[in-house]
Amino acid sequence: MPVERVQGLQLGKTPEEVEEEVQRGVLLGTLDRAVGWARKQSMWPATFGLACCAIEMMAAGAGRYDLSRWGMELFRASPRQADLMIVAGRVSQKMAPVLRRIYDQMPEPKWVIAMGVCASAGGMFTNYAVVQGVDTIVPVDVYVPGCPPKPEMLMYGILKLHEKVRTSENVR
Amino acid sequence: MRAGAIAERVRTRLPDVVVARDEATVFVERDMLIDALDWLAAEPELGFGFLSSIQATDWPGQVPRFWLAYELRSTALHHRIRVKVGLPEDDPRVPSLTSRFPTANWHEREVFDFYGIVFDGHPELTRILLPDDWEGYPLRKDEELGGVDTRYHGAFIPPVDKRTSA
Amino acid sequence: MIVNLGPQHPSTHGVLRLLLELDGETVISCRPIVGYLHTGIEKNTEYRTWQQGVTFVTRADYLSPFFNELAYCLAVERLLGVEAPPRAQVLRVLFCELNRVASHLVWLATSGLELGAISMMLYGFREREVILDIFEAATGLRMNHSYIRIGGVVMDLPDDGEQRIRDFLAVMPGRISEYEALLARNPIWLERNRGIGLLSADDGLALGVTGPILRASGVTADLRKDEPYSGYETYDFDVPVRTECDSYARFAVRLEEMRESLRIVEQCLERLQEPGAVMVEDPKVAWPARLSVGPDGIGNDPEYIRHIMEESMEALIHHFKIVAQGVSVPAGEVYQAVESPRGELGMYVVSDGGHRPYRVKIRDPSFVNLQATPTMVEGGLLADAIAAIASIDPVLGGVDR
Repeated sequence: MPVERVQGLQLGKTPEEVEEEVQRGVLLGTLDRAVGWARKQSMWPATFGLACCAIEMMAAGAGRYDLSRWGMELFRASPRQADLMIVAGRVSQKMAPVLRRIYDQMPEPKWVIAMGVCASAGGMFTNYAVVQGVDTIVPVDVYVPGCPPKPEMLMYGILKLHEKVRTSENVR
Repeated sequence: MRAGAIAERVRTRLPDVVVARDEATVFVERDMLIDALDWLAAEPELGFGFLSSIQATDWPGQVPRFWLAYELRSTALHHRIRVKVGLPEDDPRVPSLTSRFPTANWHEREVFDFYGIVFDGHPELTRILLPDDWEGYPLRKDEELGGVDTRYHGAFIPPVDKRTSA
Repeated sequence: MIVNLGPQHPSTHGVLRLLLELDGETVISCRPIVGYLHTGIEKNTEYRTWQQGVTFVTRADYLSPFFNELAYCLAVERLLGVEAPPRAQVLRVLFCELNRVASHLVWLATSGLELGAISMMLYGFREREVILDIFEAATGLRMNHSYIRIGGVVMDLPDDGEQRIRDFLAVMPGRISEYEALLARNPIWLERNRGIGLLSADDGLALGVTGPILRASGVTADLRKDEPYSGYETYDFDVPVRTECDSYARFAVRLEEMRESLRIVEQCLERLQEPGAVMVEDPKVAWPARLSVGPDGIGNDPEYIRHIMEESMEALIHHFKIVAQGVSVPAGEVYQAVESPRGELGMYVVSDGGHRPYRVKIRDPSFVNLQATPTMVEGGLLADAIAAIASIDPVLGGVDR
């Protein structure tokens, strides 16, 4: 159906411009899907384990709960080689500038998972020393609550992130 | 030695000793602190040469306001003692123990960080657990628990009861 | 040249920052900077009830949560003047020793990873998963359990708990021998650990160092033997001591300690054959609720909930009084020390007679052990600094609290 016949549709473009955009979208949509698939297939996390959640993150990367099945066992030490930052643990006020600096050092595209309630919202530590949620410092894609979340919960959060990456607009 | 026997031995030199819950606590004035600790370490039957911990408690409204407690232990004779010093609110200074017990270095920095008690003679009395530019001494009773605006430069979080939009 | 190592670094056991002055590869001066994980646990406990203090304190040194809880609960019990029933004490010892093994496994795994023995990481975590399964079956959580509470422990072992522990005990000694075969005579491991991170006994005692580090320097100091608590004087175990004062000696001491812990666990299982209460009888102190295993995990027993909601008003009032208002602890102060996997873990608890702690101070072993870092590291190579710090086994959650 030609787009101008859709009731109530307001566009700031002429019908020809819209047609062109739709055609371009078909080409880029396929490219989008390919790039999204490639990005989620081997997302390398940066080591940002802080406290108790870090131990569960290490357990998730170890033998039983194996992050290697998604190509993610390679925790990069340098943020310049990583594309995922899993903030695992409570972020203190002293650590907050360091967190921001590591995030800034990561190249685009980058994603952040806030693992545990302390990273998501401050956790049980509503006090002067803990940042009440890292989303005040870095943009977070997936929140995984728990104190600490079991490795299976972290894996569920990672898979949700993979879905988000796979279906997001990567190229346009 | 049991706490009662320790107290008897210590009372010969430092009269203010209390025994409660199987522990002996000695109260000294801050000018006598170093002498008292030297004597406690040198006495052969006491031998308190290992400093386990230094901690402070804040009792606002009381005189003295701050109470410092030094936990001493003898690794050879397997007993403990606590030495307490009271500090007034307007002059919270006490001699540092770093020359006698090198382990006191970080303990005293932590007490300074949390309470603002100054240790004279400490080689490097700076904040240890809080950021260097932190203002205030959080563990004092007149400081709030916080959990509100994060001090991270630029961000602000409202108090817990105002965070939801409804 | 001044180099900053950390706080985000794969090889520093957590968020530890080291300010190193280097001349080529030699470390001239080393200054550890901590505080990147400061959580304000001590201040937070002053605003919660006594029982809630357990959940805060357990997250300080997060690799040995049972020890934090044990020290806190023993201190509060001394203030209250109560003693946990014998079965509860045996359960406390059982879980603490299992925690010691789990903590040493994490140390082995991460030290191996840092020094290049990456397979050690996978083996260490493999065994730790079995122990965490036991913890999960018994307490509901893999870490930070809040299992040891004031007056006892919160739940008895589940029906299959003893069998799980026995299965683990059957397998574990062989695994420890496996690690020994992998590392103990490995030339690379020996090169990287022999003669590294030297700390003499005098230096150690002066710096307040405790735990395996002190025992690897020749000082026989173990609080389980010297100042026993929770019935440790009735168990039959040895305390391994070495005299070489280097990183390899600490590795050997920790391996031996794992074996001794398994001995203690075996003795605990013998004592658990007789039934008994796991929480003290005094209604003003005991946790009122009963927990049980349900279809979705461990939670309040439905029978107990039915009792307080439908049957007995007094029970409901009592439940709320103890849980919401909290236990009332007589005024006083107590310092209780336990032997955690890293050394002397002390808890200084002050009460002013109310429902909330007045002051809880945690004397953490890693906080004091890290003071020995400059002594161990200065004058050596940078790579040896990593090995030395790995052998200290710092857990920054306890250091910074």
